Amino acid sequence: MPSNRPTSRDLPGDNAWEGAPSSGALAYLGSQFNRHLRASLRRPGELLNPLVFFLMVVTLFPLGLGPAPEQLSAMAPGILWVVALLANLTVSGRLFVADFEDGSLEQMLLARHSLALTAMAEVMVHWLLSGVTLALVSPLFAAMLNLPSAGIPVLMVSLLLGSLCLSLIGAIAAALTVSLRRGGLLMSLLIIPLNVPILIFGVAAVSEAANGYNASAWLALLGAFACGGLVLAPLAIGAGLRISMDT
Amino acid sequence: MAFDSFEAAWQMAGHGPYVWGAYALTFALLCYLVVSPVLQMRQIRRQIVAQWRRQGSTDLAVAESGDAKPAAANSPEASNAP
Amino acid sequence: MWSVIHKMGSPPWFYRFAGVFLRWCLPLALAGLLVGALWGLFIAPPDFRQGNSYRIIFIHVPAAVVALAGYYLMAFAGLVSLVWKIKMADTAMRAVAPVGGALTFIALATGAIWGKPTWGAWWVWDARVTSMLILLFLYLGVIALFEAYENKAVAARACAVLALVGTVNIPIIYKSVDWWYSLHQPASIKFTGESAIDSSMLYPLLLNIGAFYLTFACVVVLNMRAALMNIHRQSAWLTQELTHP
Repeated sequence: MPSNRPTSRDLPGDNAWEGAPSSGALAYLGSQFNRHLRASLRRPGELLNPLVFFLMVVTLFPLGLGPAPEQLSAMAPGILWVVALLANLTVSGRLFVADFEDGSLEQMLLARHSLALTAMAEVMVHWLLSGVTLALVSPLFAAMLNLPSAGIPVLMVSLLLGSLCLSLIGAIAAALTVSLRRGGLLMSLLIIPLNVPILIFGVAAVSEAANGYNASAWLALLGAFACGGLVLAPLAIGAGLRISMDT
Repeated sequence: MAFDSFEAAWQMAGHGPYVWGAYALTFALLCYLVVSPVLQMRQIRRQIVAQWRRQGSTDLAVAESGDAKPAAANSPEASNAP
Repeated sequence: MWSVIHKMGSPPWFYRFAGVFLRWCLPLALAGLLVGALWGLFIAPPDFRQGNSYRIIFIHVPAAVVALAGYYLMAFAGLVSLVWKIKMADTAMRAVAPVGGALTFIALATGAIWGKPTWGAWWVWDARVTSMLILLFLYLGVIALFEAYENKAVAARACAVLALVGTVNIPIIYKSVDWWYSLHQPASIKFTGESAIDSSMLYPLLLNIGAFYLTFACVVVLNMRAALMNIHRQSAWLTQELTHP
């Protein structure tokens, strides 16, 4: 519904839209971040979507695998991470759709600052509202699957770092498909192969910690992936959005 | 030669179905990869030549000289040209 | 150097070049495949541990090698297309994707067939099998994205970005799958092909790798030539080429 979605004109802080001469890139990023955050917080229902999805799918596993606690606890790291990946997949497809439909993307293209920077503000908001909230709520799901308590802090940290990577990759695919109006299978085909390393690092970190080993190496790998993604993904996202607007 | 007889090569000491199956699958796919663009090109070529004939009927002399070349003579349109 | 690149980008020049290239290289490639298959099937000695089933290596490994190289080639064509906006690079990228996907499928299928007598199962989640499967998904993603766009010029640029992202990710994927595999410590399944390989097996393997590379090049050029004919079916030069050979 483009009509009830607040656009830049409804919101304070949009004077940076064309980029006032004094505002630097960081200030611009901040103002864009604020704009997207406010717009997203006006629809709290969408905020809950990934969490509800997570809860539903986690419920399915004991029903499918049987309720034996030790079996569930052995599988918990893998289940939690796979479901986190799927939850991210369900929301990533919508990432730039609203901006594309109401023409904000065209305006961003004309802004003084690069399109990639503007898009990154949106990705960061997306990560904050889907990935970070998921990481904060994850101990609840971990308890439902009987994950050993030693694994819970590592689960949270790995989801925090990993969901940033997932959001960055999801944003690349979303930027490339935003004009296609079909998402779904195409999005999963584009995203899932690229997400394989994140899944492996994340599950390895959680299961090492759950078994009482040191998981810092895997967390470091996730962090490295996130840093590399923060540097390289904006290039691909910007290029993808530009291509999508050419159609 | 690693085998004494054709029969031995066919059986490959019990591994025959696997080895022959793998080779057959591979070569079938490779053949498809080579043949499908060739067929596609032949079809496009046929369409282009047919269209050229429809448009270039005034230019019959050129058409005749074109037909005289073996490549054009092989094409089936050579017989049913208007 | 630049003049060569500009020539490569000109459809009539490439069309003629493809004709000459195929006249010489396609028979050579097919002969190479035939000799390689006969050598691998009949002349190379059986492996002392795996018996005759190892003969699948002579098609499995070349298909896997060329499939991976094909992805990098596709990404390189994508980079050329994005940076220099050369249309021929789009055509090349589009021509590579299905061939690379088919070779990845061949590598997976022959690997599965080889696995049955060797490991006792059609499918084993071995590190290399898993990496190949993900490579197949990467190829399918590029093909699906290309098909999803109506405007093929835009599709080519989107696929170029995707292929480049995939190229950055492939080494990470391969390494992570390796670690994942070693982390799970498989019980008894151990693949023992990669130590020293005897020259009586190495030479046919190298011949087959060469033949697969050449076949790959020929099929890509064939696909590009077919695509050029399709795009330029109204062009005067193509009518000229076809009617006055």
